[in-house]
Amino acid sequence: MTDNADGSIAVPVTITVNGRDHSRLIEPWRSLADVLRRDLGLTGTRVACDLGACGTCTVLVNGDPVRACLLLAVQADGQRVETVESLTAADGTLGGLQQAFSERHALQCGFCTPGFLMLGTALLRATGAPSREQVRECVSANLCRCTGYGAIIDAIELAAAGSQE
Amino acid sequence: MSTLGQSIRRLEDDRLLRGHGRFHDDVVRPGQLWMRVVRSPVAHARIRGIDTAAARSMAGVACVITAADLAGMPRIPVRQPAPGIDFTPYLQAPLAAEFVRYVGDPVAAVLADDPYVAEDAAEQVGVDLADLPVALDARLAADLRPECWGGARAEVGVVEFGYGDVDRILDTAPQVISLHLRIGRHSGTPLETRGLVAEYDDRSGRLTIWGATKVPYFNRRVLARMLGMAEHQIHMLETDAGGSFGVRGEFYPEDLLVPYLARRSGRPVKWTEDRAEHLVAANHAREQEHTIDLAFDDDCRLLGLRNEVWLDNGGYVRTHGVVVAVLTAGMMPGTYRLPGFRSRVHVVTTNKTPIGTYRAPGRFQNNFVREHALDVAATRLGIDPVELRRRNLLDATELPHARPLQIFGAPMLLDGKDHREHFDKSMAAVGYARWRAEARDARGDGRLVGAGCAVILEKAGLGHDSAVVDVDTTGAVRVAVGGASAGQGIETVMAQIVAAAFDIAPDLVKVVLSDTDILPDGGGTFASRSTVVGGMAAKMAADEAVSKAKRVAADLLGVPVAGLRMESGAFVATATGARVTLAEVATASYAPPQVRTGAETGLIGRGTYVAEGMTYPYGAHYAQVEVDAQTGAVRVLRYAVTYEIGRAVNPAMVAGQLAGGAVQGIGGALMEEFRYDDQGRPLSVTFADYRWPRASDLPELQVEIFEDSPAPGNPLGVRGAGEGGTAGAGAAISNAVRDALQLTGDVGALPLDPRRVRDLLRRRDSENLAQPAQLASRPGPR
Repeated sequence: MTDNADGSIAVPVTITVNGRDHSRLIEPWRSLADVLRRDLGLTGTRVACDLGACGTCTVLVNGDPVRACLLLAVQADGQRVETVESLTAADGTLGGLQQAFSERHALQCGFCTPGFLMLGTALLRATGAPSREQVRECVSANLCRCTGYGAIIDAIELAAAGSQE
Repeated sequence: MSTLGQSIRRLEDDRLLRGHGRFHDDVVRPGQLWMRVVRSPVAHARIRGIDTAAARSMAGVACVITAADLAGMPRIPVRQPAPGIDFTPYLQAPLAAEFVRYVGDPVAAVLADDPYVAEDAAEQVGVDLADLPVALDARLAADLRPECWGGARAEVGVVEFGYGDVDRILDTAPQVISLHLRIGRHSGTPLETRGLVAEYDDRSGRLTIWGATKVPYFNRRVLARMLGMAEHQIHMLETDAGGSFGVRGEFYPEDLLVPYLARRSGRPVKWTEDRAEHLVAANHAREQEHTIDLAFDDDCRLLGLRNEVWLDNGGYVRTHGVVVAVLTAGMMPGTYRLPGFRSRVHVVTTNKTPIGTYRAPGRFQNNFVREHALDVAATRLGIDPVELRRRNLLDATELPHARPLQIFGAPMLLDGKDHREHFDKSMAAVGYARWRAEARDARGDGRLVGAGCAVILEKAGLGHDSAVVDVDTTGAVRVAVGGASAGQGIETVMAQIVAAAFDIAPDLVKVVLSDTDILPDGGGTFASRSTVVGGMAAKMAADEAVSKAKRVAADLLGVPVAGLRMESGAFVATATGARVTLAEVATASYAPPQVRTGAETGLIGRGTYVAEGMTYPYGAHYAQVEVDAQTGAVRVLRYAVTYEIGRAVNPAMVAGQLAGGAVQGIGGALMEEFRYDDQGRPLSVTFADYRWPRASDLPELQVEIFEDSPAPGNPLGVRGAGEGGTAGAGAAISNAVRDALQLTGDVGALPLDPRRVRDLLRRRDSENLAQPAQLASRPGPR
């Protein structure tokens, strides 16, 4: 890390987000969530506790669910990041898991929803037909204050069933 | 096509699922600055001085303000005044001037061009404080006269509800049960922290504010007075809200600071609270200490209920005034036949975060106290707790039942059908007899399993609200309502109601929430009122717009209004089959010959609905739990909520409210608590300390919705759904834990976290718990 000519201490970072490379000069103290939101305009990734406790900011890094508030943006240099904005099909239709969330009333305020969608996406990729207990365990990683979780578990099960057809 | 009563998908979902929701932090204005609040690090102190020089000199800092900059500005007023109580000494200023009264009390605000700089600069503000003694127990603090109150007592006032000569009843009753119970400090802690964006346009002289919710119209009025502006100069615009639960959207200090700084700096200002701030700055709730005396005759029939309560109000009286105390005392009798009653709530200021309303305010507490006392009474009287309730619940022969009480200025008329019948049907739907049998069998095997229930009374539909419906010349239908989004799906409900009037699909209705430029007055979203009061206003506005449209359509088709029918948003002449579209009708309505002096042009309908009194939905909660004898951890094995909703506009959304509410209630019953050390320093400042339930903490939840008793007070027949899921959780869980441990006395306090439960186990095992409920001893406050 060296001081730049303008006195800042930003470092060059390249992150592949939703299939696109983004190269930016980023101060080393900034979280991936902050950079996604403010520098890349991907505001679907939201921050609620800034401590890794709630999982609201969950994104996938190289396919694994990660708390974007705990990962520094510089740590994501050269990594592959997926956010909620990647779940919609190219033609604009909602993905299967998103449809299932709406079908099962698995969101109320919707603030936690992107995090749960990314958790569910990783689970369904890893385990095509998870048991209800596996889904519950996965969902336990994140916090939701509105739904009581049952509908979220239902929705992920519904999406799993849909993808098996 | 009417979708009323159908669980259609929510209109909010599409944008939220794409990550395209527009929450306050997603509002980005060109040139915006960030605000950071400097907060008191101590619970009670005199401010000797504030040194802002170092912060002001930092690069990127626009300004730093203290109370001196706001000199002469009124304090934040109370939204709901209480007759006989003068709140003046206890109101909070946007920035503390002479004294700080809780950790988190705002003392200065920093404005900078970057959020990190704002935070660093805030840490450079030096606050010189001379510590004062702290008051952390409402009951002990009541008689204090802290210097900051200018001679007034720490006890703000006493809220009393009652009827009958309850003291005489208790003196003469054959059986009296007395308990002493406490409820911990909780809060809604919505997942999205609070925040606001404000922008001042000095050319138009207007302030635009994004992020207000709950009561934007009230907040606009307060802000106008504090800033010396006209209301029309302030435009409140709604954003998505990441949960409210009663906490978000009250007028807090920051609701003045952000617009003030926007006007002062001439730049847009954003403030987003961080989580640690939220947990000390946003309203806390629930902390109360109760004594309750129940009097019974020899046939186990309730004769009287006497209740004395100390409510820990925290550092200041905030906007809700004493609403929590009113609902604690006024709703204490629940659904029972009760000849004599008195509840007195002492509202006492302490040196903790100020409290406010949180989902089922007063009822989470009073249901716990009353229902737990009933279970202890059942043990003492030698009667089954279910039978004790059945014997005392109001039934169809007694309903509607006028309690001799006035609540929020209206008579309390229990407008349900049959409380005993609901309890019977609800137990059957849940299979509660089987839950109890399972628990007994498990105890026979040496496990600590128990079952408990609670019967609750709710209230909904308070006050009045307004709506305006308009149809533009393209035929697009829009409704603006005074309600706000708390994440509850209000857009969907309003669209369902308005769409039914036009016979169109709900997604063709644009719903505008609390936009002060479109609808000049509105009520807001609180107290489970939006569907009842806002929904009725929307229906009235839609009906008026439709009836205007019918008159124009009849002219266009040359038939009488009676010869028209509405079909998919068009009008059809029944006789000829000729039709005109809503767009054609709307276009005609804005031009001669349809325009007339004295009549508003266009297809605009306006509705205002005033609830004469509240409606009283009701329900029951059931829990089956297992206690780990080693750790004291309580595992919820089964949980169910039943609820009489009157009519459900969208049953899946009602079920969602009840399930989510129940989980919040379970959190308050078992794990959530704001704790303080003996100097009033908060110990719960992260989500690792203030623990919500996670999916792994919970069983499958059962929710049973009943539509046996449409609300008689409104044509939709709807009752509110927002709070019933939370209201009975502390009661049912505490009763189940008591059953699991086979206590003869009470559990003492909520939450029943492992530490408290281990204590109960120890006390039970050493048989010190033999007589906490005093039978026919001298009851009453000590």
